[in-house]
Amino acid sequence: MSPKTRKTLVVAGHGMVGHRFVQAAIERGLTETYDVIVVGEESRAAYDRVALTSFFEVGADELSLLPGGQYDDPRVRLVLDTAVEGFDPETRTVLLAGGEVISYDELVLATGASPFVPPVPGHDLPGCFVYRTIDDLEAIREAAAGARVGVVIGGGLLGLEAANALAQLGLETHVVEMAPRLMAVQVDAAGGATLARHIEKLGLKVHTGAMTSEVVEKDGRVGALALKDEEPIPAEVVVFSAGIRPRDTLAREAGLDLAERGGVLVDERCRTSDPHVWAIGECAAPGGRMYGLVAPGYAMAEVVVDALLGGPGEFTGADMSTKLKLLGVDVASFGDAHATTVGALELVFADAVAGHYKKLVVLENEAGDGTVLIGGVLVGDASAYGVLRPMVASGIELPANPEDLILPASRGVPEIGLPDEAVVCSCNNVTKATILEHVSREETPCTDATCVTKCSGAGSTCGSCKAGVKKIVEDHFASVGKVVDRSLCEHFPLTRQELFDVIAVHGYTRFDDVVEGHGRGRGCDICKPTVASILASQLNGHVLDAAARTLQDTNDAYLANIQRNGTYSVVPRIPGGEITPEKLIVIGEVARDFDLYTKITGGQRIDLFGSRMEQLPQIWQRLVDAGFESGHAYGKSLRTVKSCVGSTWCRYGVQDSVGLAIALELRYRGLRSPHKLKGGVSGCARECAEARSKDFGVIATEKGWNLFVAGNGGAAPVHARLLAGDLDTETLVRYLDRFLMYYIRTADRLQRTAPWVDSLEGGLERVREVVVDDVLGLGSELEAAMASHVEGYFDEWAATLEDPDKLARFVSFVNAPDTPDPHITFREERDQAVPGDSAGPVSLGASIPVGAPQ
Amino acid sequence: MTASAEPDSRVTTVVCRLTDIEVEGGVAALVVGEAVAVFRTYDDHVFALSNYDPCSRASVLARGIVGTRDVDGTQVPFVASPMHKQAFDLRTGQCLDDAAVQVPTYDVRVGDDGMVLVGGRTSSS
Ligand code: SRM
Ligand SMILES: Cc1cc2nc3c(=O)[nH]c(=O)nc-3n(C[C@H](O)[C@H](O)[C@H](O)COP(=O)(O)OP(=O)(O)OC[C@H]3O[C@@H](n4cnc5c(N)ncnc54)[C@H](O)[C@@H]3O)c2cc1C
Ligand code: SF4
Ligand code: FES
Repeated sequence: MSPKTRKTLVVAGHGMVGHRFVQAAIERGLTETYDVIVVGEESRAAYDRVALTSFFEVGADELSLLPGGQYDDPRVRLVLDTAVEGFDPETRTVLLAGGEVISYDELVLATGASPFVPPVPGHDLPGCFVYRTIDDLEAIREAAAGARVGVVIGGGLLGLEAANALAQLGLETHVVEMAPRLMAVQVDAAGGATLARHIEKLGLKVHTGAMTSEVVEKDGRVGALALKDEEPIPAEVVVFSAGIRPRDTLAREAGLDLAERGGVLVDERCRTSDPHVWAIGECAAPGGRMYGLVAPGYAMAEVVVDALLGGPGEFTGADMSTKLKLLGVDVASFGDAHATTVGALELVFADAVAGHYKKLVVLENEAGDGTVLIGGVLVGDASAYGVLRPMVASGIELPANPEDLILPASRGVPEIGLPDEAVVCSCNNVTKATILEHVSREETPCTDATCVTKCSGAGSTCGSCKAGVKKIVEDHFASVGKVVDRSLCEHFPLTRQELFDVIAVHGYTRFDDVVEGHGRGRGCDICKPTVASILASQLNGHVLDAAARTLQDTNDAYLANIQRNGTYSVVPRIPGGEITPEKLIVIGEVARDFDLYTKITGGQRIDLFGSRMEQLPQIWQRLVDAGFESGHAYGKSLRTVKSCVGSTWCRYGVQDSVGLAIALELRYRGLRSPHKLKGGVSGCARECAEARSKDFGVIATEKGWNLFVAGNGGAAPVHARLLAGDLDTETLVRYLDRFLMYYIRTADRLQRTAPWVDSLEGGLERVREVVVDDVLGLGSELEAAMASHVEGYFDEWAATLEDPDKLARFVSFVNAPDTPDPHITFREERDQAVPGDSAGPVSLGASIPVGAPQ
Repeated sequence: MTASAEPDSRVTTVVCRLTDIEVEGGVAALVVGEAVAVFRTYDDHVFALSNYDPCSRASVLARGIVGTRDVDGTQVPFVASPMHKQAFDLRTGQCLDDAAVQVPTYDVRVGDDGMVLVGGRTSSS
């Protein structure tokens, strides 16, 4: 018999941390000397518990951390569906359920934690659940099928996850929390209140400061939840999420030391009081403290592998920062969120209207000449988390106005140079220096953030650091002067202008020819609408014509603007904002008959919101019959030409601004362009039409019109600049024709006139040369192109209503055109219908008969 | 998942003719009470995903633009959500912009008579 050279290592528990341990053992060569036996009590191999809630959406396979069911390394044996019943440190053996006894040289406990169920009467009735395993979720789903109301006991991180799941399952959901606020561990009182408001807005009921006294029985099952000093909540499903307890029974029974508040007591190498037994993950309590997050568990797993290989690794505490999105609400907390450090100061920004609450906890630095960040809380908008979290413990000094870091994003996050050693990804412990190594290494460096995530792990776990990783990568490339690729998208190595010329030169009329001739693949949501827009400006076809239909962007595709709940808005054209009482009445009648939310827009017209897709043709039929036409609110095309009342009525007016605005709006209506186009005409220099905030603005003078171009409102407002003054109407229109066509031919995708003018060499002067002086001799060609547009114009909606092929697409379901999409719901606000909230996909159940079309 | 798949023994719903779906377009169908988006690609393959876009929480995926995206050298057929443009792999329902997001897929095939049949949810691999 050969002497036994290989040793045996047993891992108890195949959860997230047990799995990470085995992975590290294989990667770092521990299996060269050890046979590893992993014993897991659940029937499934390790899965991503952090993403447990997505189980309903993606299923169990997607969550698995070991999709093959076995490790590649034959020296690892995985035993599932089997609990470790006990172990004996004297004989170094473990006993498995079923009776198998295994001798070990080293034993690693990775048994995790179990949910704490407070011993209230009725806690074990059918209908009571915990929220920890896939099996738990399957059971909850089954119970929810016949239930109406669910209650989650516990308003912490996990409780809110569970509440999210119950809401997704269609239950009226209540959250009962003993503490006076939600997520008491992570956020402070004001943050908790903001969070509660967000969650209540989504239709969940929050009861804070509420003590559960009993789960009340009804017909042998859960019937209600009784609260101290509050009305009982009738409910069929109760989920306990009142904290977790380390699963330390095996260690206790073997006589090992436990921490005071539970958990297997281990030293900084994660060794228990027995030198051959180790504990990692949620069952372990390094230095007496347990950690309920996965990142510290991963760190412990690495430390034990390192120790068994003879390395020096130690576990010295962990970052307890969290960022998560609960029911669509961003919540983040990091560092000393409660400002418990002596001398800590708090800086708070709260916007009750937007539902944002942000707090920074800062401390004077050692030299006493500045401050450093030590923690913070973000609720509602956690976009600054990626920048802020790595600053904690990095020692980096805060800017003079640290509040800029948490002011609304529109102010921009100031540039902060993180030190190289700052940890950017806390889940995987990746520093800025490591990220920079990946993008700048000699051999096959990473070329983008996705690759860095693959190579370093940064961003692959909770994902909250992704924005930070991307910024570091992009800043790096910018700093080394890497040329920015101006290709439209991966399918075309051309700019929009180049593509415009290619299409014009070849006379293409179909996307297929363009992509086959000059691109690759089958296109995407960037190049298809771009080509559609170019074809529309060159050919004047209908955007829903067969060859162009599938190229159109969302809004063009249905000749209406999509809204948050999948309905559409309807905007008839009201040129210059002038409308007869008869037409106003028609709009009112249509809105009333279809129960549409009605609002006066900022563009001097009326928007009717909440039309289901299949109602659009009926609504438009009524409008077209009354003489309305499409307002192109959906297109990258002319929107409105605003007017002031002008000389007809106004005592100051010097020209008929309404008349000109209507003429211009009718001339350029339907013109497809790189971005939307807006115009304005004011009757005198008082400028009541705000014409100088438009792509083209006309202001009346005693002698005629001043033409201003390239202005806009929006995110980066620019005042339009004077192109030419005192023009007669004919010259004005000629210049405008040239200006707009020149823009359409040469601007980039989604570039409005102001940035386009700035991008031209020579800027506005160049535009004047081309448009006014006609130095390129293009004037008549540009005018002819516009004349062809004006001549070819037709109303898209009227044409659609006459074409059964185009109308066929306006149905809720291809096989059930009369069944309204059940996912769309409305509620009432200030006497009008507005979108209801959505918690998840809606099923009509199998009972609705649907048949195939004949 | 493609036109050549074996007939499925589970419930199948006949939703429309293949020619009722535009090339590189989609339709929404009601399949056993659920909204399913059925797409037809350039090469006449059909794919079916849940119509529900988890990113925007609206039932709209069938209205998205269909195209291909290069993923490690393969041209992956995808649909871009009409709401905020997240891309979903038509074959797996995986969101190509966010590894954590995936929509369910359904068995779908074209029968000999040219009708499109949608079956049960497929477990995604
Ligand atoms: C309805 C309206 C708000 C209102 O209730 O008043 C509105 C609504 C929208 N605006 Fe606006 N804008 C409206 C007037 C404005 C104005 C005021 C104006 O036109 O005088 C501005 C500033 C002026 C300007 O554009 O320069 C304005 C600047 C924007 C911008 C920023 C543009 C920019 O260059 O920065 C966007 C975003 C974009 O187009 O990329 C935008 C985008 C949008 C979109 C299309 C967003 C979207 O894709 O869903 C909204 C959809 C409308 C719908 O569903 O029907 N809207 N928007 C106004 C419709 C005017 C109309 O009758 O057509
Ligand atoms: C819904 C939810 C959301 C979460 N979200 C986050 C988050 O956003 N971020 C974060 O960091 N953490 C989160 N967590 C916590 C995270 O999942 C845990 O920290 C992590 O799973 C701990 O890993 P572990 O291996 O120690 O324990 P576990 O993953 O629980 O694994 C322990 C395994 O051991 C098995 N076992 C126990 N006793 C025995 C025995 N005697 N014999 C055999 N097997 C046994 C158990 O059945 C279990 O499978 C979340 C947890 C839940 C439930
Ligand atoms: S811009 Fe001039 S004409 Fe027009 S309303 Fe104002 S003051 Fe009157
Ligand atoms: S911090 Fe969680 S993945 Fe980077």
